[in-house]
Amino acid sequence: MQDDIVMTMRGICKYFPGVKALDHVDFTLRRGTIHALMGENGAGKSTLIKVLTGVYPMDKGEIRIDGVDGPVVIHSPQEAQSFGISTVYQEITLCPNLTVAENMFIGRSQSRGVNWKAMEKRAGELLENLSIPARPKQQLGSCSLAVQQMVAIARAVDTECKVLILDEPTSSLDDKEVEMLFRLMRDLKARGVGIIFVTHFLEQVYAVSDQITVLRNGELVGEYLVKELPQVQLVEKMIGKDIEDLAVIKKNDPAADTHKEIFYAAKGLSSTESRPFDFHIAKGEVNGFTGLLGSGRSESVRAIFGADPVTGGSVQVNGKSTKIAKPLDAMKQGIGYLPEDRKRDGIIADLSVRDNIILALQVIRGMGHPISRAKAEAFADEYIKALNIKTASADTPIKSLSGGNQQKVIVARWLLTHPQYLILDEPTRGIDVGTKTEIQKLVLKLSEEEMSITFISSEIEEMLRTCSRLIVMRDRNTVGELTGEELTQERVMHTIAGGKD
Amino acid sequence: MANPKNNAPVRRREPITDTQLLMTITICIFVCMYVLALLIWGGGFKKPQMIFDILNDNAFLIIVSCGLTIVMITGSIDISVGGVTALVAMVGVMILNGNLSLYNGLITALGLSESWRIVFALITALLIGLAFGTVQGFLIAHLQIQPFIITLAGMFFARGMITIVSVDPQKATQNLMDILQKRIEIPWLGSVNKRGVLIPAKMEIGVVVALVIVVLVFFLLRKTKLGRSFYAVGGNQQSALMLGVNVRRSRFMAHLISGLLSGIAGFVFMMHTGAGNATNATAAEMNAIASSIIGGTLLTGGVGNVVGTFFGVLTLNTIKSIVTTSGLRDPWWQSITTGAMLCFFILLQSVVLMRKNRKNGKK
Amino acid sequence: MKQKRFLANYSQLLIPLIAILLLVIFNLFRDPGFFSVGLSTNNNGDPVLQGNLISILNGASELVILSMGMTLVTAASGGQDISVGALAAIAGSVFVKVLKGGDITILTVLGAFLACCAVAMAFGAFNGSLVSFFKIQPMIATLILFTCGRSIAYWINGGATPTVASPILNALGSFIPGIPVPTPILIVILMGILFSLLFRFTTLGLYIQTVGINQSAARLNGINSVGIKLLSFILLGACCSVAGMIGVSRLGLINHETLLINIEMDAILAVAIGGNSLGGGKFKMLGSVLGAYAIQALTITLYAMKVPSTDVKAYKAVVIVLLVVMGSPVVKEWASRIWKKLTSKQEISVRKEAA
Repeated sequence: MQDDIVMTMRGICKYFPGVKALDHVDFTLRRGTIHALMGENGAGKSTLIKVLTGVYPMDKGEIRIDGVDGPVVIHSPQEAQSFGISTVYQEITLCPNLTVAENMFIGRSQSRGVNWKAMEKRAGELLENLSIPARPKQQLGSCSLAVQQMVAIARAVDTECKVLILDEPTSSLDDKEVEMLFRLMRDLKARGVGIIFVTHFLEQVYAVSDQITVLRNGELVGEYLVKELPQVQLVEKMIGKDIEDLAVIKKNDPAADTHKEIFYAAKGLSSTESRPFDFHIAKGEVNGFTGLLGSGRSESVRAIFGADPVTGGSVQVNGKSTKIAKPLDAMKQGIGYLPEDRKRDGIIADLSVRDNIILALQVIRGMGHPISRAKAEAFADEYIKALNIKTASADTPIKSLSGGNQQKVIVARWLLTHPQYLILDEPTRGIDVGTKTEIQKLVLKLSEEEMSITFISSEIEEMLRTCSRLIVMRDRNTVGELTGEELTQERVMHTIAGGKD
Repeated sequence: MANPKNNAPVRRREPITDTQLLMTITICIFVCMYVLALLIWGGGFKKPQMIFDILNDNAFLIIVSCGLTIVMITGSIDISVGGVTALVAMVGVMILNGNLSLYNGLITALGLSESWRIVFALITALLIGLAFGTVQGFLIAHLQIQPFIITLAGMFFARGMITIVSVDPQKATQNLMDILQKRIEIPWLGSVNKRGVLIPAKMEIGVVVALVIVVLVFFLLRKTKLGRSFYAVGGNQQSALMLGVNVRRSRFMAHLISGLLSGIAGFVFMMHTGAGNATNATAAEMNAIASSIIGGTLLTGGVGNVVGTFFGVLTLNTIKSIVTTSGLRDPWWQSITTGAMLCFFILLQSVVLMRKNRKNGKK
Repeated sequence: MKQKRFLANYSQLLIPLIAILLLVIFNLFRDPGFFSVGLSTNNNGDPVLQGNLISILNGASELVILSMGMTLVTAASGGQDISVGALAAIAGSVFVKVLKGGDITILTVLGAFLACCAVAMAFGAFNGSLVSFFKIQPMIATLILFTCGRSIAYWINGGATPTVASPILNALGSFIPGIPVPTPILIVILMGILFSLLFRFTTLGLYIQTVGINQSAARLNGINSVGIKLLSFILLGACCSVAGMIGVSRLGLINHETLLINIEMDAILAVAIGGNSLGGGKFKMLGSVLGAYAIQALTITLYAMKVPSTDVKAYKAVVIVLLVVMGSPVVKEWASRIWKKLTSKQEISVRKEAA
């Protein structure tokens, strides 16, 4: 084994019933590097990580680790840890009621007692060493999410770790917190830790990584140096052939939108989570909020829908002033909102697909006017067919559907209310490419039917394909509005990054 | 390598955890309440014996509440504790009385003196407590059945067993009770009565047992790996699992300890009353839950402290004394004030924690 | 397909049904005449139905009514109300207090019922607001009323346990002249009809389940989850008042200490045995009702076996533990694994034979 290599995976195969999740994938991690693992959802990133950490047994292939002769077999996360492989997951897996120091050391000591002094001293040294702004005696729950994430990393690093896996660590952090995390990552890198960085955010990959391994449909596309792989090429490699399929989507002629009637207009609208902003949308228009996660794009659309308590501003719908203070007000005005976090805010997990579809319409009709069983069945069947939702029956609980199909059910829920204005916040997050395309096509079809749509996506490509106007946000402020010719990836990136031209 | 520039400005004040915050509130309120009572009514409240009376009457409740606090910290619940206490007291009294032939046979066979009955009663108490703890712990931790249902069944079983063991109320024989009800006299905490005679403060053995248990449980929760794992499991079970905590074992042990402590509480109860009765320790489980809550333990788990619980028991019973002293002699006032007190504490905690968390949420 | 759907929908009723079935079979073996129902006349010369079956159905009435309300609270809030017994005692006290004053006519009884219903609903709203506004766990919030509710009931009647006697109350508590079915059973049927109408003509069921499963999503779909939780507690309050009224009418007096004592535990059990999750979410009220009848059937069976009423609890506990262990997902998994192993062994042996 070469000197600078800490871990290699060769010819890894993993099969699930009917699916090749991993097909002869290779992966090499070098000492003191940050190695991004990229791929669309379903590309096999998480399967590869789970094989490496012993959650899944592999069907073929071998793993070698620096300092161990011959291939190793890893049966459990605990065993992985004993080989020096630590993982920090997207959801913080620490206990918020314990102190920072305890969270770093609980479950690790062999002795029956707890030596608080020694533990807190050791934790304090470690935190200081890694420049993590937390104190050992502090209750973890009183730290920000980013600091909690860093405490999790500190815990992982402290266990003689050679390989640190960060599985989408940035998805719930804002810009500043991401920067803090990156500093920590660079610091660890300088100490010789090999880091596997799994993320969806292209910008972050370029900000911090040295190498990129791209997977697609369970196969290895290749390993590249970040310097040698421009962003556009990376996207191409991730999406592959599908890019042609997506290119077929053609958006409306933006020129036609200019003299359309305004459906919704807000002046100085603000909520507890968002700063005041102005916004309007015409009938049949598709526009979008863009910006990095935490830039305030989701918070803005939530303010429009009244999802967070509204604190100020005036709103006009169809030219008439109205007040939208809570979601029901917005729904009665014909506005629908597909939330960003499907699991937390969207699906009613234990209820059937049918109940999930009729929910919003039912609420608009009011408590005293239930939709009859026969009608509900008809509605459900209609939309299951129209949106091609793959479910055993309308009676199946929604939780047993795949992510993409769950999302379609939520879309169906809002379409059933025949909204005049539909807000889609990250409708394509965490779903397969096929469904993504379907949803984008649907957006354009609906806009042809005079529905106004606001579309938010982390993938700028998607926004460019569907929106005729983009509102760019940074640090919770609107920093630009792009239309027509300005809608190019370069220009959008520029505006997001703050290069005012 | 570390970049000192990036260190956040260090605040001097040591951060306070939820557990410490809630416990401090309870102790403060208890002290304020007692001082107020002292100022308004003086009299009985001036004598330390007032506190000792409360302790003598509620030693068993303190022990039961300690167990319940542990269980509540793991995010579980145990409502069998009152029933187990009562059952143990009944069986204990019957052993002392010589109403159980098994024990009589044992004692004659081994040629032991009558006083050995006390030892047998104690061993039996511990065994009954352990048995309840083990079975309930197994069903809850390993079969993952809702703790409420299991311990409710435990309560039914224990209460039913009392009358199966003996339909008639039992009274322990006096000579053995004399040994058990020995009181420890503390002259320097005594008070002088109207005739100028010093009456020393009296404390039952059960109170010593209770205080020792409070200290032991405090150390268990604070200084041992097992104790900290209770907090971890109550804070977030999934995370605790990922952090390498043996969640099942922790939950099992919490219920086991609670059962064992109920057994001890039953013995202490018997030492205090010397009576076996189907209505012994009625609603003790709810009083214990109320004490734990007043002491700052959250039913949601992960937050709580046994010192707070101890003061919870004191607070709950001081209120009752205050009600009687203040002249509200109608029988309903005690529990109505208790309810109001509980309501006050629950709302206070809810508001305090809400405010604290909101402040943190805003970074 | 249709059949499968039916099974999936009603599989949660299996446990209470099996429990009832086992009890029926057991009783028939023990005493073939156990379930025979006879028509006899009571002191007033009216025809009345008698038999163990009737006493099960009759005796379970209060429990069934409370378990209906408990189901709603459990589903919406993910917790249980342990103050229902105390609340029923308060309602009963108010009922007696109103009637004690003057002549008892149908109108005054109705007025008394409305009064006790209003009071119980107000206390329900108190519990509900602690749970929904202050986000206190239901069991803790209702611990307050559990602690002092019966004392409040005592206080309402000034420390007395007054009796009220009237043919009207007699009719409410036992039999309406001319109708051989005990009135409490009729009241249960009436409550059942009221609830099914409520579910049929409002969307309450869907809302409660939605709030119980995912509060955040419920809010974003325009459902007022605070209001729904509050409503579920108020409805439970109404159920308590009906149960309290029946309890008082049966005895013709209010005893704050003993009226429906420990019934909160049975009501929660009924919900759990009915296959509803105590963590909230999806619910089937029919399950809770069957659970309640199963509990009562067990009690009556034990009585019939000459088990003293004080000992019944212990036997009940054993049956409950057996039931929940049977229904536990872990045990089900073990069972299915063993079953698979057995069947696969058979397959292997069959294959070997074939080879």
